[in-house]
Amino acid sequence: MKKDKKPKVLWLQAITCNGNTHSFLSANNNRMRLFLNSFDLIYHPSLTTDITIKEIIEKKINFDFLLVEGAISSNKEFFSISGYSPYEMLNILVKRTKYLIAVGSCASYGGLHAKFEQNSDIQGIGDSLSAENLYILKHPVVNLTGCPAHPEWIIQTLFSLKDYGKMALDEKGRPKELYYGLAHHGCTRNEYFEWKVEVKHFGLKEGCLFYEQGCRGPMTHSNCNKILWNDVSTKTRAGMPCIGCTEFDFPRENMLETKKNIGIPNEVPLEVSKRAYLSLTGVAKTFKIGRLNKKLID
Amino acid sequence: MSTKEEKKNNIIENSLKLFSKNGFYNTTIPDIAKSMKMSVGNMYNYFKSKEELAKYAIKYSTNILAKELKTINQMNISSKEKIYLFTEKYLENVKKSPEVIEYFLRVYLSNREVFAKGCEGFLCVSEFVTEVMILLDEGASNKEFRQQDFFPAFAVIMGALGGFAFLSGEKVLEKDIMEYSDEVAENIYRALKYEEG
Ligand code: SF4
Ligand code: SF4
Repeated sequence: MKKDKKPKVLWLQAITCNGNTHSFLSANNNRMRLFLNSFDLIYHPSLTTDITIKEIIEKKINFDFLLVEGAISSNKEFFSISGYSPYEMLNILVKRTKYLIAVGSCASYGGLHAKFEQNSDIQGIGDSLSAENLYILKHPVVNLTGCPAHPEWIIQTLFSLKDYGKMALDEKGRPKELYYGLAHHGCTRNEYFEWKVEVKHFGLKEGCLFYEQGCRGPMTHSNCNKILWNDVSTKTRAGMPCIGCTEFDFPRENMLETKKNIGIPNEVPLEVSKRAYLSLTGVAKTFKIGRLNKKLID
Repeated sequence: MSTKEEKKNNIIENSLKLFSKNGFYNTTIPDIAKSMKMSVGNMYNYFKSKEELAKYAIKYSTNILAKELKTINQMNISSKEKIYLFTEKYLENVKKSPEVIEYFLRVYLSNREVFAKGCEGFLCVSEFVTEVMILLDEGASNKEFRQQDFFPAFAVIMGALGGFAFLSGEKVLEKDIMEYSDEVAENIYRALKYEEG
């Protein structure tokens, strides 16, 4: 890419609640300015742009990054944009781009919309490329999972691809550098997790949310507790359990509940054997650490 | 196992016998040394005090059961069959080495002050409790057991088995203890069993 030419970005919305757009627009000022100085956002349906999506298609305009927010369906009865189904739109636009990025869980794997029973062909973009377009891309589809994706994940991905041309992806198509860790890492409640002190109800600072509130932090690949939301907080810091929005199975049923058998959690943290986990927690529970059983600030 | 470990286990086995025969407080370190044909001084090379020995002994005796239950847990059989097998193994232990079970019932459960420091909660019996957790967890996740809190379920198993060991120790059972095995197992199973609707 030439220095003076900013890479062109097109943001397409398919079946979506607009959440990733909200998330992106709430990026901190400096980052947003950096993005706007370094990229040319040629089209976004929620923002005023010089060109319409119809014109982009008709004039066969090429661009560098296609960001897709929302799930894809070929069924026009449920959803259409400028007369195209999202499936048609995606398969036309993919021929004009260098990189294809799914922004959010719906675009990545279908997300919430894939649970809609009346329309069975709702999918993520990876599954929605026609056979002829499947191998057209020079780089595999990048899945920025999350409900929504963090603005920083979007911006970092764009810069990595712009500057280095590639990103290492995990087996679910997510950039490794963003999703290698767990939401549990950096959670301010880790000490409570260690000693099995559970939170008493939502919104409290004291206690871990694992057993009683359904926290998925120990099983969810994301860096939420390292790259904070709005630079200051996360769900778990604020007292809301992680509901695993970056994972393939999102949204699960009964998200605020940890499934238990006879009081024992059905799933234990990633790659820990249940026997080992139960024996450690059985012992940890027997410690009564005064400090962890009272208010942080009296 | 190192020779020191082996020797330690030997001492424990001997002390368990003495504890169950004469009671915990009536058994002294010199008594144990004498039964081992060891000098008292040498005994202290293995255990610094009777309290320390007591804590080792509770780990030792529950680990015997933990190992048996672990083997059963790893078998590819129904949870009901696991309950039956475990009950059988437990009662076999009561029969063959009553001192091991008696130690748990008569020393560990009734002399809590000895174990207050260093054996808090499940600390010294954790391997065993873990295996019971695994047994219950699997039974409930494959819908053989109904959902309930852990402790009532735990108490159903341990209460029934412990009670039986007690009856056997008191020598009030009319038949050989092994003949009760299936019935005890059935009681435990029925208390845990999943019921439709
Ligand atoms: S609240 Fe969740 S992420 Fe935080 S320590 Fe507990 S389990 Fe981990
Ligand atoms: S904390 Fe969990 S649910 Fe919340 S945004 Fe991060 S991954 Fe999603």
